[in-house]
Order: sequence, then C-alpha cells, then structure tokens
Amino acid sequence: MLNPNLKLNPKVFNQDVEQVPIRKGFGQGLVIAGEQNKNVVALCADLIESTQMNLFAEKFPERFIEMGVAEQNLVTVASGMSAMGKIPFCASYAVFSPGRNWEQIRTTIAYNDRKVVIAGSHAGISVGPDGGSHQALEDIALMRVLPNIDVISPCDAIQAKKATIALAKTKKPAYIRLAREKTPIITTEETPFEIGKAQIYWMPDVGLAQVGIVATGALLYRAIIAAKELEAEGIKTKVMNLSSIKPTDNEEIIKLAKETKAIITIEEHQIAGGMGSAVAEVLAKNYPVPIEFIGIHDKFGQSGTPNELIKHYGMDKDSIKEAVKKVLKRKV
Amino acid sequence: MAFLSDKKIEELKKTANDIRKDIIRMLVEAGSGHTAGALGMADVFTLFYFHILKHDPKNPTWEERDRVVLSNGHICPVLYATMAHSGYFSIEELKTLRKFGARLQGHPHREYLPYVETSSGPLGAGLSQAVGMALADKMDLKEDRKIYCFMSDGEHDEGNTWEAIMLAGKNKLNNLIAIVDRNNIQIDGNTENIMPLEPLADKWKSFNWHVIEANGHDFKALNEAVEEAHRTYEKPIVIIAHTIPSKGVKEWEGDYKWHGIPPTREQGEMALKELDLNR
Repeated sequence: MLNPNLKLNPKVFNQDVEQVPIRKGFGQGLVIAGEQNKNVVALCADLIESTQMNLFAEKFPERFIEMGVAEQNLVTVASGMSAMGKIPFCASYAVFSPGRNWEQIRTTIAYNDRKVVIAGSHAGISVGPDGGSHQALEDIALMRVLPNIDVISPCDAIQAKKATIALAKTKKPAYIRLAREKTPIITTEETPFEIGKAQIYWMPDVGLAQVGIVATGALLYRAIIAAKELEAEGIKTKVMNLSSIKPTDNEEIIKLAKETKAIITIEEHQIAGGMGSAVAEVLAKNYPVPIEFIGIHDKFGQSGTPNELIKHYGMDKDSIKEAVKKVLKRKV
Repeated sequence: MAFLSDKKIEELKKTANDIRKDIIRMLVEAGSGHTAGALGMADVFTLFYFHILKHDPKNPTWEERDRVVLSNGHICPVLYATMAHSGYFSIEELKTLRKFGARLQGHPHREYLPYVETSSGPLGAGLSQAVGMALADKMDLKEDRKIYCFMSDGEHDEGNTWEAIMLAGKNKLNNLIAIVDRNNIQIDGNTENIMPLEPLADKWKSFNWHVIEANGHDFKALNEAVEEAHRTYEKPIVIIAHTIPSKGVKEWEGDYKWHGIPPTREQGEMALKELDLNR
C-alpha cells in the first residue's frame, strides 16, 4: 500500500492520473523562491521555455539574465553573483550543464564554496526523439563525485517545486535534475520533503518486505506500479524514493537492507557512478546484500518515444519486476 | 583615488622592488611555482594595492571594498606578496607558500585564505566571475564599487574568456575593469606562436569594450589608464598592460621558460643581488 503517513496522491494508480513535466515544478518553485527572497536570481543559456525559467523571467525580468548559448559562462557568472550575495539558479539541458561546464562547476562553485543551484533539464533517456546527444545519462555521477554539492532528483513536479524552494534556503551549492516528459503526479502538496531524507512510498499491508526497491526521478512511478503488481503475485516490497542522492540518507538505506536483505535500484542514468552506485557504496560498507541495478548499462541512447526507449534499455515496469524476482533468488 | 605624485611613484617603485624580492624568496623556498608572470605583474599589483584599490587590509570583509578577481591564479606569489606588504598578513608567512597546511596554497583557495575573492587556477573562468559580480552590483545599483579582474594573455585561448567578454559588452558593465597581463608568453612558448592573439585590442573593441593600452611598468601611465577607465560610461573597460615577463631580473626577462618554474637557491641569490642594486 502507499505509505499512509506521506499523504501521497491517491489517484496514482488510475489510468488518468494527472501528468506534469518535472521541469514545470522547477519553474513554479523558482517563482515562489523569488517571491520569498529578493536575492534569488535566474540565469539561462537560451532555453527559458524548455527549462520553464520563463515563469521567473516574466515575473522578475530585472532579476533574470539571458546568457546565450554559453554554459561555461552560465555557471561562472552565477558564481560571481553569489559572491555578491545573490542566490543564482542556472538552467540549461543537463547534457550541457553540468555536462559541458563540469570543471567550471568544480572550481568556481564547489571548490570556491559559492551558493549556486544548477538545474539540469531534459535528463535521462526519456528526452526521446532528440536522440542520444541530448540524453544526459551521466549527470548524477558528474555531480555526485564533487565535494560540497548536494544532488537532488525529484520524482514529480510537486516534489520538484518543493525541492527548488528548499534549495533556495540552504547554504550549499546544489544540482537539481529535471526531466522533460510529462510525469505522473505521485506526491501531493502535503507530502513532506526534506533534503537528505529518503522516504518509503510503498510498503506491504502487513509483515516485512522481501525486496527493497530504491528509485529516483520519474522512474519512481514505474517502481510503484511494479510493486503493486508484485504484491498481487505474492511478493512483498518496499519502494524508497531516493530523491536526495546527496546527502545520502544512509540510515534509511541500511534500515531497508536490514529488513529486506535484497535491493534493486532504479534510475534513468548510467549504472556506473549513479544513484545505484551511491546505494551500493553505503551497503557494501555497512550491510552487504545482493543488489540488482536498473539503468543504462554503459551505452548511449538513441531516438524514439520515451516509452520505447525505457522498454528497450530495460527500465520499464516488467524489467523492474524481473529484477525483483532475480534478486529474490540471489538472497542468502 | 588620489593624485599620484612623483614622490609617491618613487615609493611605489621601492615597494614593487621589495615585492619582487619576496616573490624570489618565496619561490626559492617553495621549490616550485611560477616566476615570470609574478615578477612581471609586480608593478601593476603595487599600484593597485597601494594607490588605486578601495580596501582595508585590517578589515578584509569590508562590504564596500573593491573586488579583485585574480583569474590566472598561478601568478599568486605576486598577489600574496603584495597583500603581505599591504598588511593583510605577515611577510614572514610568505615562506609558507605551497607548504602543507599553509594558507598560501599553490593556487589561491578561499577556504584557506578567505581574503581572496575567488579560488582560481584553472584558466579562463575569472573574468566571468568578475562579470557576475559586476552584474550583481548593477542590479543593486551599487556602482561606486569597482570590480577588477587581473587576467593573463594566454587565457584568451579559453572559450570561456570570450563568453564573458561578450556578456559584459552586452550588459555595458562599466563597473568592470579587466587588466590583461600582456607579457606575450605562456607555458609552451610565445603567445603568437602557440595561439596568435593579435590584433588583441581590436578583438576586445569589436566586443564593445573600451580598450586602453599602457606600459605595465610605468606607474604614471597605468594610473592614467585607470583614471580613464573610471571616467568611462556605457562600456566595460580593459587595460591591456604590456609587461615584461620576469621583469627586474635581466637574465630571465622575456624568456617564456620562466613561466612555470622557480629559481634555484643560487639563481635566487643572483636575482636578489640584482634587485638590491635598485635600492
């Protein structure tokens, strides 16, 4: 069942569940952050509609800077603005930012300890028809490896809105990962969100779970659907939303592993260095259990519809169910 | 900015000479580091820290201070030595350059030395941070405070530099003054052989900057250039300071090989003797 304590969307299993792009929640959250604090400024590399930064630019034109197609400048200028007390949010596609400008983020934001929020939109394979060049499958790894930077990957538009508002209030630099496609709404306005906290979204009605499913970003929806179907087949699972990839909620991850003794991780990202790797790092050290990783296995993407691609690269509901059954067999 | 008298110029010359000697001493002590650019920019840094900058070494976080961004972090021996001479920290501390646990990191790092405005080293990212500072001040209508960015000629090879130049021109940031150390060398050789930059002044002009060229060892000319920069509206300003790499030590002057190496103890002693003759 859905965790009753989190006030999740009761309509999530309906065919006509409301769907909103995650990036839209970012755009809405940025407007609210801008209303709350006049020091919030926005910078965009020629993609204001795609990243939904247009909402902020329309409301606060004097606090918006159009950078042109210049991602290296995007983050370094933001660093300079932060030095003068601004709270800059920078938006582009994740392939370009933090893809193209990684060293600038490292030196002028993380190493330099400047409060800047980098928003990478169109992350993951679900970018679809634009093809492999535009599908960021490495951004979590790129940001996770940097000291002094938080990495947040919201599961839906409502959580993206909350995360954006929360990130405007922290002292640390951060990366927020956004997806292009319409994504089913899983949470509600009442669902709590806290940076650094993992949450269990799905759990058995009674008894202990046999497998722990840890998901991040838009694929969390497929994880919950799979969990519900597995329950009907007699397999009890818990589904964790690990939207806060860094800081990582080690305690909750270890707790889940202790209960289930088997974990699968799910992300629209390369297996190497992604969220699954973060989970594996925690468990290998604290409580080793078998893990199956769902994600991209050392390949680039290609054109196609989001659903075609998610199925082709083994991240659809059926692949998730298969991985759960596989890890069950590996349990000692 | 006060009038620059002949007496003051003589004082500045003496201070710059002392700073050069400290640069030599600290590099010898460190056993690694960059000599040519640091010696070449000693006059420019001396003029700024002892005549131009609005700053208070005893109150480094003074809100109204001018901001100094050192983009080419590798010439930090000149920054550290000048800061020490202006009272930010003791001259004794200069000997800790590049040593374990020292505040004077091999390239400047704010975490270790909070008096520097940016951590730097990787080239081409300083000007854009300065652009961000100038933009923020324009937004807040705080235009009395100036943002100065010291940068190298070699880092014009970096695309990021030109992205920053474009944005500053677009936003008419006349509170931003870039000072280019035009010493014509980089690690692998002379700039015009590695990646030709000329016509450099025309390039900046075509990006809608106000360009001033000056002899980087002539305090009067440099000061006039800064005065002209302060009188400029509607455009960001670049002062292309023509300098001699390793200035002050005849044998090393102009030789690109001194870009990234320190003097040995013997070479250092020879250089110090030569600089002593300027007393």
